[in-house]
Amino acid sequence: MLDVSQIRQQFPILHQEVNGYPLVYLDNGATTHKPKVVIDAIQHYYEKQNSNIHRGVHYLSQLATDEYEASRETVRQHFNADHLHEIIFTKGNTEAINLVANGFRALLSSTDEVLVSAMEHHSNIVPWQMACQSSGATLKVIPMNNRGELDMLAYQNLLSSNTKVVAVNHISNALGTINPVKEIIQLAHQVGAAVLVDGAQSGPHAHIDVKDLDADFYCISGHKIYGPTGIGALYGKEEWLNKLPPYQGGGEMIATVSFKETTYAGLPHKFEAGTPNIAGGIALKTAIDWLNGIGLENVMKHEHELLEYATKELAKIEGMRFIGEASNKAAVISFLVGDIHPYDMGMILDKLGIAVRTGHHCAQPVMDEFCIPGTIRASFAVYNTKEEVDRLVEGVKKAQQMLS
Amino acid sequence: MASIKDIQQDIVDEFDMFEEWMEKYEHIIELGKTLPLIDENHKTEDNLIKGCQSRVWLHAEKQDNTVMFTADSDAIMTKGIIALLVRTFSGQKAQDIVEADTDFINQIGLKEQLSPTRANGLVSMVKQMKLYALAFQSQN
Repeated sequence: MLDVSQIRQQFPILHQEVNGYPLVYLDNGATTHKPKVVIDAIQHYYEKQNSNIHRGVHYLSQLATDEYEASRETVRQHFNADHLHEIIFTKGNTEAINLVANGFRALLSSTDEVLVSAMEHHSNIVPWQMACQSSGATLKVIPMNNRGELDMLAYQNLLSSNTKVVAVNHISNALGTINPVKEIIQLAHQVGAAVLVDGAQSGPHAHIDVKDLDADFYCISGHKIYGPTGIGALYGKEEWLNKLPPYQGGGEMIATVSFKETTYAGLPHKFEAGTPNIAGGIALKTAIDWLNGIGLENVMKHEHELLEYATKELAKIEGMRFIGEASNKAAVISFLVGDIHPYDMGMILDKLGIAVRTGHHCAQPVMDEFCIPGTIRASFAVYNTKEEVDRLVEGVKKAQQMLS
Repeated sequence: MASIKDIQQDIVDEFDMFEEWMEKYEHIIELGKTLPLIDENHKTEDNLIKGCQSRVWLHAEKQDNTVMFTADSDAIMTKGIIALLVRTFSGQKAQDIVEADTDFINQIGLKEQLSPTRANGLVSMVKQMKLYALAFQSQN
């Protein structure tokens, strides 16, 4: 049984008033807050361990390197990957996708096709558009139904020997849909396509097992799983990471350098040019350890209860319309109330101390699909409570009363 | 025609009556609801200022040496603020618009509405109003 009040005590930021009300933070899909242990890990690094990694023979450099590499091992276990060198540290999910998409520019040709889904956020659309533009390949879109579920039949029809990459999210940020990524990967592999799974939203909400999924690439952002900003991780199958050219050039990623020729370092360093976010990398381990300490099963159960409770209570409000009603859904609720603009609703909720996301959630094509300007999105984390859901429901009612 | 400063002072006085944010917001919502702001023909793609959160349409016309503005938004709060901006700037001399500030929005306690992070198109709208005024001014 999860002791939420005990968990809340570990998050200093939650204990404040916003506009005169106790903060209700329901924008966890954008970023989660950090427990004290993560904040402490960052401070501890700069006070006791700060040094550049992989290059010094002195004590501190060795210490920092060991801590940073220990984090890589934690991420490997989190992904259930076979090899440590299949884990690349990036500055976040977006950089991870760019790293892969950029590498594919060299591997794609004009007859090739890249598939993305209709429910991707911009981070998993634009890098592929850029890769297609420079390689001449074609970008195609896997459609979804009006409940916000991928059309798997249409997906199968889109797959062909021309398909080289399929890029889909595990959980949709705008709709909360949990996509059947294992099946998506199986089907893609039948035509020889590689699959990148964008795990921006799944990191804190679902078990990630790249071996079971047989994913070719899987990426997460640290700041969405209670870790710091500016750090993320990419899992890539060894064979694929060897095929892709380096993303950026610089220190760390080389074996030998002369003005005539440079040879690249082996994995994972080939993709880690320059001094990385060392403090972030180390604190990411703290965040994952912290999450595992609570137990992902417990987190998922708690969030699911919040999702069900919030859905039931919000549904009682007149004019409530949920956007994204997939049967398999994570703790994200996107909604509209009557013809109230999401911006207006968000403004008033903010004044009531309630933080939600409004707008298109960096997924404009999703909004176009539903012919709406945006939605109001409440996304839950392990520290949220039913009382906070009640505050949201009251806030929505108040805003509705003011706006109609 | 009252000067921009005078109109802005009137608005500040008007909002002084409200003590609570809720009353201010309700007033802004009323302004947003009641004012017919723009001719539907002018709600074109060309006149659209895209914000991440809400959209704003702005149309400007030169009348002698003054500029007439009409505008609209899909969000009612944004529309309410637009009503205030149009009230201060429309019908004013181009040069006065170029030189004016929008500090009155801060004074009435709605600073956040003109914050760039709101991404509601209003910041771009103020800039666009001034650009129109500047363009018309240089035509004189």
